[in-house]
Amino acid sequence: MSETVISCLGVSKIFGPDPVAHLARLKADPQTSSVGYVQAVRDVDLDIQRGEMLVVMGLSGSGKSTLVRCLSRLIDITGGTVTIEGQDIATLSESALIDLRRRKMGMVFQSFGLLPHRTVLDNVAFPLEMRGQDRSTRYARAREMLELVGLKGREAYFPRELSGGQQQRVGIARSLAIEPDIWFLDEPFSALDPLIRREMQDEFLRLKGLLNKTIIFITHDFDEALRLADRIAIMKDGRIEQCDTPDQIVLHPATEYIAKFTAEIDRARVVRAGSLARQLSGAAEGEAVAATRTIRDLARLLVADRREVIPIADTEGKIIGGMNRQEALDVLLGEAT
Amino acid sequence: MTSPAARGIGMAGLLFALALCLALGKLILPEGLIRPPEWLVQPFADWINAAFYFLQNDLGLMSLTRAFSDVVEWLLDVTANLLYGKSRWPNIGPIPWIVIAVTAFMAGYALKGWRLAALSGGTFVWIALMGQWKWAMETLSVIVVAAPFSVFLGLLMGVLAWRSPRFERVLNPILNIAQSLPHFAYMIPVVVFIGVGPKAGAIVTIIFSVPPMIRMTLLGLKKVPEEVIEAGKMAGSTRWQLLTRVRIPTARSEILIGVNQVIMQCLAMVVLASFIGMPGLGQKLLQLLQSLKIGLSVEIGVTIVLLAVTLDRLSKAWALRLPEHGAPSAQWLQRNRLLVIWISLCAAGFVLAQLVPYLHEVERRQALSVAGPIDAAMDQVIRLIAPVTAWLRWFLITWVLIPMRDAYLWLPFTAVLALLAAVGWAVGGMRSALICLAYFGLIAMSGWWDRAMITVYMVSISVLIAALIGLPVGIWAACNPTRAARILLICDTAQTFPSFIYLIPVIMLFGVNDVAVVAAVVVFAAVPIVRYTIEGLCNVPPELVEAAEMSGANRRQTLWHVQLPMALPTMLVGANQSVMFSLFMVIIAAFIGTQDLGQEMQRALSSTDVGKGLVLGFAVAFMGLMTDHLISRWSDDRKRALGV
Repeated sequence: MSETVISCLGVSKIFGPDPVAHLARLKADPQTSSVGYVQAVRDVDLDIQRGEMLVVMGLSGSGKSTLVRCLSRLIDITGGTVTIEGQDIATLSESALIDLRRRKMGMVFQSFGLLPHRTVLDNVAFPLEMRGQDRSTRYARAREMLELVGLKGREAYFPRELSGGQQQRVGIARSLAIEPDIWFLDEPFSALDPLIRREMQDEFLRLKGLLNKTIIFITHDFDEALRLADRIAIMKDGRIEQCDTPDQIVLHPATEYIAKFTAEIDRARVVRAGSLARQLSGAAEGEAVAATRTIRDLARLLVADRREVIPIADTEGKIIGGMNRQEALDVLLGEAT
Repeated sequence: MTSPAARGIGMAGLLFALALCLALGKLILPEGLIRPPEWLVQPFADWINAAFYFLQNDLGLMSLTRAFSDVVEWLLDVTANLLYGKSRWPNIGPIPWIVIAVTAFMAGYALKGWRLAALSGGTFVWIALMGQWKWAMETLSVIVVAAPFSVFLGLLMGVLAWRSPRFERVLNPILNIAQSLPHFAYMIPVVVFIGVGPKAGAIVTIIFSVPPMIRMTLLGLKKVPEEVIEAGKMAGSTRWQLLTRVRIPTARSEILIGVNQVIMQCLAMVVLASFIGMPGLGQKLLQLLQSLKIGLSVEIGVTIVLLAVTLDRLSKAWALRLPEHGAPSAQWLQRNRLLVIWISLCAAGFVLAQLVPYLHEVERRQALSVAGPIDAAMDQVIRLIAPVTAWLRWFLITWVLIPMRDAYLWLPFTAVLALLAAVGWAVGGMRSALICLAYFGLIAMSGWWDRAMITVYMVSISVLIAALIGLPVGIWAACNPTRAARILLICDTAQTFPSFIYLIPVIMLFGVNDVAVVAAVVVFAAVPIVRYTIEGLCNVPPELVEAAEMSGANRRQTLWHVQLPMALPTMLVGANQSVMFSLFMVIIAAFIGTQDLGQEMQRALSSTDVGKGLVLGFAVAFMGLMTDHLISRWSDDRKRALGV
């Protein structure tokens, strides 16, 4: 496994008059009444690897936005530790925290969080201005970023003169201006129309391919999560119910709650051939299929093929196992596995 | 099930019955229950005087205020020199009027377009041609100095209050009282510390206009969306960067609305500061009104109104202007086209003014005047409608005003207190009852009960008449969106006029007596009622009206059962403002002859009796605060019940 960038250990966030004391009471006796307190995040353990894209999914009020704000210390946590590249961020002084944000972090917000009095160019250059970079360097960099998100020619516009999708592009450009290692996106597409959302997701996947970043992406939309994620953490009432790859979540939901979510999902679109691969007993016969293809992609082949077991190959073409055709057909037809 | 409200009504009923008994049984009541007895009246005025004496002489506050006022005076001299050529440093003024008119024109054009340009340019041309340049510039020079001071102080205190909730908690009640103290109450301490004259006028203007700026700054800073702040933090801003580059610029609109309010408050105060020897339009108007020169005072009145509307529109246009992108690659000349035009027009103005002295300064004998025709026309009109006004005056005085005043004065003070407690209890339970008792109890203890009752009578009759006029007008206007917009515009404009202006027409029509005062207050107080009635009715959700119509309600039923109940909380806000406005107006109107608190305040002003002046001021403020408490409480309860 590669190196861990962000690590959470027993992270809790409680809102209320005296959160620390309340957390201690809860630790001593979990049955303590929580009237007057909100347990937004409860005892979350999470490790995020370098270059990984983690989607945190949950309904509104499940604590996902609070969790991502704990990771960037926009809010201080009540219990546990958040470590970024080996450093406990709760111990950072204000200036060290500001420095960390200036060098390493970018964030995109649900309602864009653009500064209304600044032009698009000045908005994108804002983080660079905070770092104290001179005008021409920061404008050059901001122009580059705007070109990257496809807003060339709109530099002199003000945020209110742009559509929602364009505003979020500005938000994305701004968050990328300092070349962050860690990229937080808090429901970036939730405020957009469905068609624009789809377009922005494609755009996002394109950017993700261009940049090699650790990404924490928040959403309440399960389809979006399945579409984008390397790993999904599903939250409910402040806890992480399950944190796994999309295939595993769809094939093996850990709890009733997650099973309910996955019930409506067309599994064939999510499950990839690789996750159905079993150890081969004998030699593989015939042509292999790529592990990264979804069952839906393979539908024609699965119906037409006569083989009992279809060999699966990884990206280098090496055979990693075989897929039972009957099992794959069950997934395709949506029958219980 | 007995709800707390039902129990509240029960207790309120008891208190009301008590009030009724006290009133009916007046003949057998001991004297001590009819008027506040000697032992109850406290010498508040002496205490305040002692405190002021201490501040002034023993604490050395005098030198501090003198230092501050010297700075203000120096700035006043500079602007006075520039605007009307007072012989002080830098001795380069006066700037020709044509240059100032051109500047106003360009400012209007840059902020909004041709119409505002015509209004603001035209205002200054009118002032110059009518020969009122010097007075108007005297007034304006104070605003030019006072407004930036207020804006700066207000911004500073607003930021401090935002930073420290404790400071906000201390500041809030002070602001509440400050905003309900009548104008004159501010003047007396200033006269004690600074004396009379332009300097004192400027300082009282600064103090008077700070509170709205603090409020708007605080409001703006609190309204900045959380995500914008988080975006600032994630960009790695320090606290200072966050304040100066994220929070304050994002709160721009609210802060600029605050600037607009500061300017309007300044104008209102500068006009009134003529009572403490502030030269300018206000003083001229005061002199003319006192000698009943109607035509000339109308001319000045028009100038003040034009100036008010211009300043209001300019600053509002600035506040509401949304940023717009220009062509990115434009040349410097193209981007700053308006600036270049302005500079060249000013240069041309200077040159022209050298060649044609008329464009530099309009001499008194060159000035136009419409006073003669106005006087003649007014005489005609007055002769024509004199029977009506005379009858109205007679009817109001003999059948309404005097009986009402006598009734208010006849009431035992204990009956009034019991009645107020009953109202308080009905609206907000024991707490509100106690608040009402406390405010009016203090008024009783101040020893000015009779005067206060006269003020209460003037305010209540005026607000009543204002509501009788304002509600139907508001309902009529709200029927149709274009009409609503037009009437709202009129209300907006009327609200920018300094209150003093309203006295001109009523003196013209009714002469100098109670009817004139009531008429002025009625007009002034009807404006907020009309305005909030329209706003309340227009903001009723259309689905509700549609639902009522689909249930077969006719227009009257829809209005009565759906629109009015939904609009009530907003309309109550209007009623609240209306009471506040009429309190202020009654006090200002004192100089045309009433026997209420205002008249005593004028006396305190002329004898610079701080204690008495502040006691009277607080008495007025307490009436306002009590009404404010009752109405806001009621309105909040209604809002909660309606779930809006």
